Amino acid sequence: MDTIAECRKIVDQPYSYLQKLKEKSGKRMVGYVCSYTPEEIIMAAGAHPFRLFGTKQNIHLADSHLQSYCCSVVRGILEEGLSRRIDFLDGMIFPHSCDSIQRLSDIWRMNIPFGFHLDLVLPVKLNTLSAQDYMIDVLKKFSTDIGRTLQVEVTDNALRKAITTTNAIRQSIKDIYDLRSQHPRLMPGSDLYTLVRASMIMDREPLVDLLSETLSELKAKAGEEKADASLKRIILAGGICNHPDIYPMIEDAGGAVVWDDFCTGARYFTELVQEGADPIARIAGRLINRVVCPAKHTDLDGRAKHIVRLVKEENARGVIFLLFKFCDPHAFDYPDIKKYMDEAGIPVLLLEIDDPLPAEGQLKTRFEAFLEMV
Amino acid sequence: MSETNLEKDKRKIKSEKKMRDIMTTYYIDAKTARQNNKKVAWITSGGPVEPLIAMDIIPVYPENHGAMIGASKMGVDLCEKAETMGYSNDLCSYARSDISCATVNGGPIGGLPEPDMLVCCNNICGTVLKWYEVQARYFNVPLFIFDTPFCHTEYTKEAKRYVERQINEYILFLENICGRKMDQDHMKEVGKISFEGQKLWQEVLDTAINKPSPLTAFDAFFHLALIVTLRGTQQTIDYYQGLLAEMKERVRAGIGAIPQEKYRLLWDNLPIWYRMKWLSQKFAEHNACLVADTYTSAWCGSMKYIDESKFLDSMAEAYSRIYLNIGVDEMAKMVIEMIDKYDVDGFVLHSNRSCKPYSFGQLDIQRVVEKERGIPCLMIEADMVDERSFSESQISTRIDAFMEIIKERKISSRVRETES
Repeated sequence: MDTIAECRKIVDQPYSYLQKLKEKSGKRMVGYVCSYTPEEIIMAAGAHPFRLFGTKQNIHLADSHLQSYCCSVVRGILEEGLSRRIDFLDGMIFPHSCDSIQRLSDIWRMNIPFGFHLDLVLPVKLNTLSAQDYMIDVLKKFSTDIGRTLQVEVTDNALRKAITTTNAIRQSIKDIYDLRSQHPRLMPGSDLYTLVRASMIMDREPLVDLLSETLSELKAKAGEEKADASLKRIILAGGICNHPDIYPMIEDAGGAVVWDDFCTGARYFTELVQEGADPIARIAGRLINRVVCPAKHTDLDGRAKHIVRLVKEENARGVIFLLFKFCDPHAFDYPDIKKYMDEAGIPVLLLEIDDPLPAEGQLKTRFEAFLEMV
Repeated sequence: MSETNLEKDKRKIKSEKKMRDIMTTYYIDAKTARQNNKKVAWITSGGPVEPLIAMDIIPVYPENHGAMIGASKMGVDLCEKAETMGYSNDLCSYARSDISCATVNGGPIGGLPEPDMLVCCNNICGTVLKWYEVQARYFNVPLFIFDTPFCHTEYTKEAKRYVERQINEYILFLENICGRKMDQDHMKEVGKISFEGQKLWQEVLDTAINKPSPLTAFDAFFHLALIVTLRGTQQTIDYYQGLLAEMKERVRAGIGAIPQEKYRLLWDNLPIWYRMKWLSQKFAEHNACLVADTYTSAWCGSMKYIDESKFLDSMAEAYSRIYLNIGVDEMAKMVIEMIDKYDVDGFVLHSNRSCKPYSFGQLDIQRVVEKERGIPCLMIEADMVDERSFSESQISTRIDAFMEIIKERKISSRVRETES
């Protein structure tokens, strides 16, 4: 599919794409580091939001700011800034998520000379009225801050337009996920990964069309797909997934990834923003209701139950947890989630990963062993 | 040159025994709370304890427990137990040892008394949120999360409103569990006592301005226990008054904390609990006294935001703006202030694998210090409780090399002084 090839180019070379987009559109380029970033507000301020995932290249500049026990995502993002590979950037947004991103914000502010710098200190708990009010307050403050910084007025109309766009994107990706869950062979997992990742980088207006065309093409193709009961349906879970190579390894071993719980995957697109009055309160509503990241608190077992529910809904045979080394919030959740999985009789494989991944053979063997068991 | 027993005895801080007695009684009270119809709350070290004291609830600090586990060298065993439970060995060693300890009632005091409630304030880290979630599931007790938005560069009016509302929610939470109302007058009294205790603790730490310093950071790590665990009680005031008098007497008599104080150092981050003695001897051998640290002053560092007469109202800001809940640049500013205040010759940073929010940013603080004050800095890679992350020979060599640099600098600066 040409679309996937186009997306792959963007994912492989995001900065050359973004630089061109900046020249062509005249939009300000605003980077962010966490899926709780309200893209809608950035878009309503006339800027282009894109997510930074950290570099795959050798990290060395970040070593003089972050110790070895910091995760490779945070180190990799800092490396991008220090290496000046992204000096076309007009600004960075740091939502409060984990301790490491919190300090990344400070270190960035102290060391990166280009672009504006905005903190978005979101609530950590989401389940009380005062926290929900604070979420709205802090998003309104952010909207004022970014408007002042970019010298534009962030209007309700612009916000509503941005919400329509991001909702369309989220809905399309979800539809593609759903369709592919019914027909896992419709597209390889790595292609879907590429598509979703490109969605966090690309110009959002053309993206709406690109996704809906992709969905139509897939629908047309889906009719020809025969159901294959031998495929072992698997769910992936964790924080960021930076490893497209994992999908073909699982597929070669007879599995198919049919859903995920990643912040670069399903957590990014699930839950739409309700349309209506007070758009910022609606954006806040989505951030409160969406599937939670373990760095935030809604209740004591919501994530565990969510993953169990996913397994049932998706008729999956097991869950593979890909946990980034030094990612504390996920590492703390894992043992109790594992208990829930055990009680529900769901097989689990835990892979603690880092950049770069362990040797392919080693991973393949683990996937094969797991898939044989499920 | 080894010290005679007489000299050692002169140097020993006499209040220590009283402190041990108070802590023993405190833990006995906590462990027998049930029999005495008292409720127990587990609370984070930076959490607002005053409302608990006012409600006659016994506060228990898993972090203080973690420190005891570390100091009694029981950390590795408990951390390993947590790892077999599935907790990654990269997680905070306080959390790991507490989580496993709860299941086996191990450690130096046979485990903490079971909580009736958990109070988690995230002004020190995001780790406590995850740790307290684990314990709330394990003990199946109510959890109150006191969410203090991080103050990168400011304490916003939005955050102020949010935190102030949570104080009311917190009190309501306690009233519901206890089935009775909070006595507002008592609360005011506790607030005053807490403030008084913080002032006294700061005064104790300030005696280190004297040369020689009557106490070291290692002493402060020990005497800290009361301002953490019993803040807001009269016995904290009584104790620190005694300690302060003792320190003042030492200053008057010219008794230093180490036999010969030639060099003064500042410490950053949590102590390395299982190597306190070794480290203090190691530095003392070089005639270096760690006169101050960024850690123990965190329990009195945000006093400027407290209004004694309106404790509950001003508490919101004070608890939001403690040392670990502010930006790295502001932390660096406070470090520079301490360097000047205590007139130190070098800066020792413990890069603590267990504490990401305390440790990430240290390299930048070090650069700021080197640039602004030009004093030598030493970073030690270790962990506060898990001894497996401590390499004695490597650290010993690095301390020797660091002290050589400090000595040379001191000599050359003296030569410059005589020449001019």
